[in-house]
Amino acid sequence: MIWLNVVIQGVLVGGFYALFACGLSLMFGVMRVINLAHGDMAVVAAYVAVFLTPHAHIPEVWAFLVVAPLFGLVGYVVQRTLIQKSIDRDPFTTLLVTFGLSVIIENLLLEIYSSNGQIVNVGELITKSWHPQTIIYISYVSLAVLAAAVVVLALLQLFLSKSGTGRLIRAVADDHEAAQLSGTNYQHIFGIAAAIAFATVALAGISYGMMTEFAPTSGGVNLLFAFETVVIGGIGSLWGTLVGGIALGVAQQFGAHINPEYQVLAGNILFLVVLAVRPQGLFGKKTALS
Amino acid sequence: MSDTWLEVQDLTVHHGQLRAVDGVSFQVARGEVLTMVGANGAGKSTLLRTIAGLHHQTSGTISFKGVNVTKLAPQRRVRMGISLVPEGRRLFPSLTLEENLQVGAHRATKGSFTIERVYELFEWMPQRRRQRAWQFSGGEQQAIAIGRALVANPQVLMLDELSLGLAPIVVERIYALIPEIVAQGVGILLVEQDVTLGVGVANRVHCLLEGKTSLVGTPGELSALQIERAYFGAEMSSPSHHHEDHP
Repeated sequence: MIWLNVVIQGVLVGGFYALFACGLSLMFGVMRVINLAHGDMAVVAAYVAVFLTPHAHIPEVWAFLVVAPLFGLVGYVVQRTLIQKSIDRDPFTTLLVTFGLSVIIENLLLEIYSSNGQIVNVGELITKSWHPQTIIYISYVSLAVLAAAVVVLALLQLFLSKSGTGRLIRAVADDHEAAQLSGTNYQHIFGIAAAIAFATVALAGISYGMMTEFAPTSGGVNLLFAFETVVIGGIGSLWGTLVGGIALGVAQQFGAHINPEYQVLAGNILFLVVLAVRPQGLFGKKTALS
Repeated sequence: MSDTWLEVQDLTVHHGQLRAVDGVSFQVARGEVLTMVGANGAGKSTLLRTIAGLHHQTSGTISFKGVNVTKLAPQRRVRMGISLVPEGRRLFPSLTLEENLQVGAHRATKGSFTIERVYELFEWMPQRRRQRAWQFSGGEQQAIAIGRALVANPQVLMLDELSLGLAPIVVERIYALIPEIVAQGVGILLVEQDVTLGVGVANRVHCLLEGKTSLVGTPGELSALQIERAYFGAEMSSPSHHHEDHP
C-alpha cells in the first residue's frame, strides 16, 4: 500500500510536469525554438497572480482566468518581435536571446519582490485532501492540477487536429516556406503557437504557486524537469508529454521514498535511460530527431 | 499582348556573391505557357523563387496585372494569384492529402479550382485522402503539390522541375494536365531541365545561361540546334564558360 501511495503521488506531480512542459514542446515542435526563459515565464505568472490581480479584486484562486489570456497576448508579441528576430538570424541566437531573457526576468523579480518565498493563496483548500485509505492522501489542489493538465492537453490535441488554425500550425511546423506558398503568413501562425505556449505556462506557474512555495529562481529547476518530461515523452506528442510527466513524477517519488536525497536523482536516471535506449522518447517518432 | 499578367523587368538576383539571375526580362500572358530552359545552376529555380517572393531581388521589378509586387511578402502574392509548385514538391509530410489541399485552399481567391475539382482531375485521390502525404509515391506527391497550388486559384502558375526524379510514364500523365489548366485561362511559367518535354508544351521558350537570357522565341521558330547552343552555351568559346557536367 505504501508503494501505491508512491505511485499516486508520482502521478499527481506528473500532471503538473506535463502542464509545465507542453508549452516548451509546442514552441520547439512548431518553430524549433528552445525557450530557456520558459520556467521564468511560469514564475512571472505566479507573481502576477499573487501581487497584481488582487489589485483588480480578483481572488488569487481565480487569477488564472485573467493571467492565462494575458500571457497569451504577451506570447504573441514576444514571438513576433524578439523571438522572430532571433529565428531570422540562426538557431543559436534564439538560445542566447531566451537565456538573456531568463537572466533579466530572474533579476527583475529579485529586485522587485526580493528572494522571499511566496505562495498563491487558495485559502483552506490547500489543507484539504481526499483520504480513501489510512496512508493515502490525495491533495485536492494536486488533483485539480492533474485534471487541468489533462483538460489542457485534450483541448490542445483537439484544436491542433480539428481546427483550421491547428492545421496551419502543423503545416507551418512541417515546412514554413511551403506554407507561405499556400498563402500563409507563417510569422502570424508562429505567434499563435507562442500565445498558446505562454498561456499554458501561465497556468503551470500559477498551479506551481498553489502547490508549493516559489521564489524568483524557481524557474530553472522546473525548466530542467520540463525538458526531461518532453524528452521522456517524445517531442511532438502531446499525450507523450503527459505520460513523460507522469513517468518522471513516479520515478522521483520512488527515489524520494528510498531516500529523500534520491528524488531528483531517480528522475535524472530515468531521463538518461530513456535517452540511451529510446532517444526519440516513448511516444516520439524517429523522424522528429532528424 | 493586352492580357499580360506577369511582367518581369530587368531582374537581377544574387545568391551571396553569385549573380544567379542577371538582367532577365519576360512576360507571361493569360492562357499561355512560357517554358524556361537551362542547365543546372542557370538560375531558373532562383528566378521562380524570387517571383514567388522567397528571395529578394537585387534590382528590377516584378509586376502582376500592372501592379508592382516586388516588395510584397510571398503569402500576399499567392492571394493576388501567383502560385509556385516548388522544386522537390515540398508537401506537408505529416498532414493528410486532404489537409494539404485544405491548407492550399485556405486563402484561395474565387475561381474554378476547388478541392472537389482536383479530386475529379485525379481520380485516385478521394479514396486516399486521409493518408499522410509522406506515404505517397513521388509522382503522386507531385500531383498533390499541383493540386495544392491549383486550389488557391492562381492566375499565374509556376511549375519548377515537374519531371525531376519521376518515371517517364508518370511525367507524361502530369504533363497531360497542362492543357486543362491553361484552358481555364491560367498562365503557366514552366521550368524544365528536360528540353524536349518543356518545349513540347510551350507557346514561347526562354533560355537561361548562367543567369542571363541566351535565347527567346516560339518553339516553331527555334531549331533544336539553336536551343541546344543556348542551353549549353556552346557558342561561347572562352574557357571560363566551359561546362563539363551537363547531361
